[in-house]
Amino acid sequence: MILVWLIGIPIVAGVLAWAGEKWRAELSRWISLVALCADLVLALIIWARHAGGVTLVPDSAWFAQVSWLWIPRWGVHFHLAMDGLSLLLVLLTFVLGIISVLASWREIQDGTGFFHLNLLWVLAGITGVFLAEDLLLFYFFWEMMLIPMYFLIAIWGHERRVYAATKFFLFTQLSSLLMLIAILGLYVLHHTATGTWTFDYPALIGTPLPPNTAMFLMLGFFVAFAVKLPVFPLHPWLPDAHTEASTAGSIVLAGLLLKTGGYGMLRFVVPLFPEAAHRFAPVAMVLAVIGIVYGALMALGQSDLKRLVAYTSVSHLGFVLLGIFAWNTLALQGAVIAMIAHGFSTGALFALVGALQERTHTREMDRLGGLWAVVPRLSGAALFFALASMGLPGLGDFVGEFLVLLGTYREHLGVTIVAVIGILASTFYALQLVQRAFHGPNTNHWSIRDLLPREILMLAPMMLILLWLGLWPQPVLDTFRPAVAALQHTVSRQVGMAPADRSGSAVARRGGGP
Amino acid sequence: MSGADWIALLPVIITGATAVVAMVLIAVHRSHGLTLGVTLLGLVLAVLSLWPAASVAPLQVTPLLVVDDFAVFYLGLIIVACVAVALLCHGYFAKCEGRPEELYVLLLLATLGSEILVTSTHFVSFFLGLEILSVALYALTAYLHTRALPLEAGIKYLVLAASSAAFLLFGMALVYAEMGTMQFREIADRLALGTGLHGAMLIAGAALLITGIGFKLGVVPFHLWTPDVYEGAPAPVTAFVATVSKGGMFALLLRFFYGNGGYQTPSLHLVFSIIAIASMLVGNLLALRQRNVKRILAYSSIAHFGYLLVAFLAAGAFAVQAVTFYLVAYFITTLGAFGVIAMLSDGEREADDVDDYRGLFWRRPVIGTVFTLMILSLAGIPITAGFLGKFFIIAAGASSSVWALIIILAVTSVIGLFYYLRIVIAVYAALPGAAEGAVEGAQPRTLSLSATSAGTLIVLAVLLVWFGVYPTPILNLIQVAAAAL
Repeated sequence: MILVWLIGIPIVAGVLAWAGEKWRAELSRWISLVALCADLVLALIIWARHAGGVTLVPDSAWFAQVSWLWIPRWGVHFHLAMDGLSLLLVLLTFVLGIISVLASWREIQDGTGFFHLNLLWVLAGITGVFLAEDLLLFYFFWEMMLIPMYFLIAIWGHERRVYAATKFFLFTQLSSLLMLIAILGLYVLHHTATGTWTFDYPALIGTPLPPNTAMFLMLGFFVAFAVKLPVFPLHPWLPDAHTEASTAGSIVLAGLLLKTGGYGMLRFVVPLFPEAAHRFAPVAMVLAVIGIVYGALMALGQSDLKRLVAYTSVSHLGFVLLGIFAWNTLALQGAVIAMIAHGFSTGALFALVGALQERTHTREMDRLGGLWAVVPRLSGAALFFALASMGLPGLGDFVGEFLVLLGTYREHLGVTIVAVIGILASTFYALQLVQRAFHGPNTNHWSIRDLLPREILMLAPMMLILLWLGLWPQPVLDTFRPAVAALQHTVSRQVGMAPADRSGSAVARRGGGP
Repeated sequence: MSGADWIALLPVIITGATAVVAMVLIAVHRSHGLTLGVTLLGLVLAVLSLWPAASVAPLQVTPLLVVDDFAVFYLGLIIVACVAVALLCHGYFAKCEGRPEELYVLLLLATLGSEILVTSTHFVSFFLGLEILSVALYALTAYLHTRALPLEAGIKYLVLAASSAAFLLFGMALVYAEMGTMQFREIADRLALGTGLHGAMLIAGAALLITGIGFKLGVVPFHLWTPDVYEGAPAPVTAFVATVSKGGMFALLLRFFYGNGGYQTPSLHLVFSIIAIASMLVGNLLALRQRNVKRILAYSSIAHFGYLLVAFLAAGAFAVQAVTFYLVAYFITTLGAFGVIAMLSDGEREADDVDDYRGLFWRRPVIGTVFTLMILSLAGIPITAGFLGKFFIIAAGASSSVWALIIILAVTSVIGLFYYLRIVIAVYAALPGAAEGAVEGAQPRTLSLSATSAGTLIVLAVLLVWFGVYPTPILNLIQVAAAAL
């Protein structure tokens, strides 16, 4: 039941926030804040209840479940379930949700109620995506987060918002329709094989499929998640959408929406079609490293701060894809940590750029410069998150990407070497960001306010979390390890191999403490 | 005719009788409200009479008509849609000059025609129903005869529909000449016994029949009338053309081909596949360049009937159910969308330009929300019935492996999103605080919104979300209906 609350609270609060605008615009902000905090507390309660209680039996990796018959005729269930992986991503969702509300406190002045309705609904949709265990329900949430996101970009975005929002929508919608066809294909083939109509994820695992059909179905899913992630040739929507969205929109896009792609790969693509995914892995890994290097190089060439940060996402999420398709314990753990850390570091960078734009009305690095003396706190924070993003040891991103590289190294050396080049490039763009925007002479004579208490309040937790992830990631690893082990178990059982856990936890512990 | 026959035909009889009563009443006492009241009363009685009719179903009433669960379901759908149109008409025509009363007589007659279509099992009743429907529609389309566009649309529709009826009639004659019967089921039996679809006469007959049916459905290449009639006709009438008229014809198509085995012939399958693909492509592509909302919806309806044909061709266990569910969703959506247009139109012109909708949400949140829901349903976005409809069609397609068709469906519906989004973004454009001047420029007219229209729209929106979130009740009904075919 608690899982239904997690989704229900933001939905109801969204409507209240919309209605609340009639009395005072501030009211909708407070309603959103309170609702998200309540959700965060609920999720933390689940975590506290299960911390330490690591289940070793793969089949009972679920912390909480609810399953009701929804459309009996089609075998659709309202099936939500949460394991460690979902839990962490749900926690990320609510933390970044709170940050988004805080970040738009002053930025959004028009249509405040409707803005918060959309923000809360997109968060509810994302939460649903992380929890749904029925493919039709999953698709439902997958689409449900799309429309509010579209509005967040198209109504409250910057200059070319309609163009960016439409591009975002068309890319994601075409790919999700292909996924819908794949879901239905799987549904029909499952019926042919077993005689039952069901969309239930645990039931569909292990459906016997002819290899070529499995490949096509797998590609249907892969494309949908690859557009979100984004994987190299499918990324063109991302720089536009991230750049044109308002600050909260960018935070949600980069911090959360991209993660749904990674989550989908992890939860659905590989376990549902292990053999096809295995055959496809070399292609995916090559696409991943192309994305890593391409994103980093493109970031180097940007002068718009938001565009720069947007391209770094292409690069960072390449590591996630790499880790998932390397599919060994280290790489998977790295991928999950990388997703979480990227959510915070990039979310914070977008929040900072937003704060800067609110003050200077520009995102062009050439027009900035010399801000360090004017706004030391803001500049320091930017340096911190830029360093996190380039993978400085001791901060979260490093752990994730390092583990991915370790894991990939076992699978393929060449790919790993190219990926390392990507890390190298990330040093340049991160330092360039700090250099051009904050150092040098203050030629434009900026005199702006430093970070407000509200902004410090929202950035400080992100710093602490990144430090925590970087210095002592063990609790996080412990939380999702059973879930990932269960996924690996599912896959190896189908492919007919021995469980591939090769001293995973021990190495992970070593890798975690730099 | 026995007692049971009368009971079975009760909904049809009541509809026809209401038309007569309304006509006489107008002669005695001309009152808009009273005529609407009589119309609604008749339609409600017709809906109530569905239960006795269902209790005697299935029943062949004369060689011409059959009342089975399938017919009862579609009768209900058509009558309820007519109720919605009548309510929308009340708000719309109250704003126009001229006498609105006869409109309801015509509406009832057109509904009667459509009712006969969904119950007919014989070429004669098919043609009779079609003509009753069409003749009433000519007059309805041109009802605002002091304006240029409705007149033009009416005449266009008259000329094209009359010639398509001629094609249809000729096709029936050819089939009759070859088969010696006009009964759907007997044609099916003889086709099954004989060599199938061979011989020049039979092929020519089938081609002419498809022409006539395709015209009424507005599928490519028989779609040319659709944009003009949609644009020219008064908005509630357009809603009627898009739903009751096309829906009745599609029900007949289902009965004709599924009772028939004709769809299994590869040549017919091919012809319908081509029509479906062409409709999906042409409808969606041509809509891209339009700025007139009614024309956009016209082209989108061409595409939607292409989608319906995909399910029709799937021919699996799901096909009839998928088509029926999609039609229900489409009825609600189309009535809602045109209802909003009707509501925002005034006595002088239709609110059919995209710019008329700029900032609608900020001015009228409820109507804006309803309109958004309708457009999103057309686009097939979840929590609306349109999504489950599209889902059902793809499921039907997947279960009989017509992969090419469903991939084209997916790709073209993404093209479709492009123009739907343009409407949606207009509804939300111009934030209230941001551009006060721009909003003022876009809405020079103040509107008095009628309560009946607003109520109808809200009910439609609730139904749309209900069927989109919890479709089980309607699915149960549809399953019973489809099993009867």
